[in-house]
Amino acid sequence: MIDSVLVNLTVRESRELLKNKKISSTELTKAFLARIKAVDEKVKAFVTLTPEVALEQAKTVDKFIQEGQELGTFSGIPGVIKDVFVTSGVRTTASSRILENFEPPYSATAVEKLLDQRMVLLGKANCDEFAMGASTENSAFFKTRNPWNLDYVPGGSSGGSAAAVAASEALFSIASDTGGSVRQPASFCGVVGLKPTYGRVSRYGLIAMASSLDTVGPITKNVFDSALVLQLIAGFDPNDSTTVSKEVPDYVSTLTKPIKNLKVGLPKEYFVKGIDPKVEKVVSSAIDKLAQLGAKIIEVSLPHTQYAVPTYYIIVPSEVSSNMARYDGIRFGQKRDKFGDEVKRRIMLGTYALSSGYYEAYYLKAAKVRTLIKKDFEEVFKKVDVLATPTTPTTAFKLGEKIEDPLTMYLSDVFTSPANLAGVPAISVPCGFVDHLPVGLQIIGPHFEEERILNLAYQYEQATDWSKVKPDIK
Amino acid sequence: MILSKAEVEHVAKLAQLKLKDEEVERYLKQLSEIIDYNMSLLGQVKTDDVDPTAQVTGLETVVREDEPRPSLSQEEVLKNASQKENGYFITKAVLGE
Repeated sequence: MIDSVLVNLTVRESRELLKNKKISSTELTKAFLARIKAVDEKVKAFVTLTPEVALEQAKTVDKFIQEGQELGTFSGIPGVIKDVFVTSGVRTTASSRILENFEPPYSATAVEKLLDQRMVLLGKANCDEFAMGASTENSAFFKTRNPWNLDYVPGGSSGGSAAAVAASEALFSIASDTGGSVRQPASFCGVVGLKPTYGRVSRYGLIAMASSLDTVGPITKNVFDSALVLQLIAGFDPNDSTTVSKEVPDYVSTLTKPIKNLKVGLPKEYFVKGIDPKVEKVVSSAIDKLAQLGAKIIEVSLPHTQYAVPTYYIIVPSEVSSNMARYDGIRFGQKRDKFGDEVKRRIMLGTYALSSGYYEAYYLKAAKVRTLIKKDFEEVFKKVDVLATPTTPTTAFKLGEKIEDPLTMYLSDVFTSPANLAGVPAISVPCGFVDHLPVGLQIIGPHFEEERILNLAYQYEQATDWSKVKPDIK
Repeated sequence: MILSKAEVEHVAKLAQLKLKDEEVERYLKQLSEIIDYNMSLLGQVKTDDVDPTAQVTGLETVVREDEPRPSLSQEEVLKNASQKENGYFITKAVLGE
């Protein structure tokens, strides 16, 4: 098969072809390495490339296929891991100078599960330093670009992951979402991003940012692949005491369930001023499509929505200041003067918000408002099954446009951070374009109802063609 | 300005960050702006009878059996240390004379 066909396959399709010996993993891996060589100079999605590791893994899988051994879902499938997950023996930087030469002695649980199946690790994806940012411009190394228009940001913090998948440089990525870091770049790059329920997927080996909000989720070309990844990485992990022992349902077989009479809530606070009217129009037609598919559309209210960003930007820096205290330059990593601007800003903000005399006024106040935001979701899910919103109020912005103004950058999280504060699952699925830049539809569900949001996202995707449109990288 | 220059310098000291003068000036302005924006909004919300939330799925005090498990080797643990000697990390003295 020719390379341009191979790199445009999905996980599901590649898996079938591997199983039926129509292609080899080596052939597939080589196609991706060639694609990376051809376009990554422009896109700049990878911080570290691991071609030798990749080809070695591919070779082993091909041997297994020849021997007729049972394959795992991700055996021989080339993917990229956001560089905030530790990978044993493979440099892990969190896109920070502090960890520039850090070679972890173990792998994150989510990565380990994939490596156990012998996924093909192509490399590590660029992101905002320690996942702090919404444009990937805070990477200490270089800026990643949006494959749809190289003058625009890919979003963040998982910009490298989303750009790599959108540019057909990898079949999938594992990324992290603390306030929208999977969904917002997925939306900006026209791919699918899933943030599972807090505690559904182990964070062991995810370099911590804000521990009460951090989640691990896939970025994929379509919803089916998203379900495949979640199926593998979800579940209890003794190494992460925030994971729950709840049974992991079958996310794949439930994708095709009819959605007739599913109650879809439209929170009126997500369709207000501040949202680009062209984005609103695209999202509205996506919602019309859901109605055509049989869903019941109901207007609802999440009255504390406008307080999500201010709550988030008190709680996150507070947790950041605590998590970043481990970087002492003694056990691993370099000295604290290597922190970048945004990391220092958040450490300063958090240290201040938690300091004596201010803790109650700032941190505790935000933690109380968080309760009200969480209650908004509990109330609304008594009335509807899921919520549908735009993932972001605008499409991707230009490189450099917001980087000088942290507050404006923080407002990029307005529609994504509420799900993290409440701990509920949410998915972003491509739903159209504004001026040749992708728009994402966000579907939010109650705690541990990933099945339901994947089901609706899948049915929507099947009824449209947005996930199949590819960028032409110039 | 919500913060004073002295406060910014004090916070930097608590956080073990050495800031340049221009950084102190910049963070003074930005931190004040961000705190002001956040708190002017959060101040509108009545929270008198509201409990704070730090854990969203209801798990409480998770413990495991206190049993020995395999761990990383000393060599692996020390692999990334900047300075080491005889299987130890080298740090600055933390106690006074």
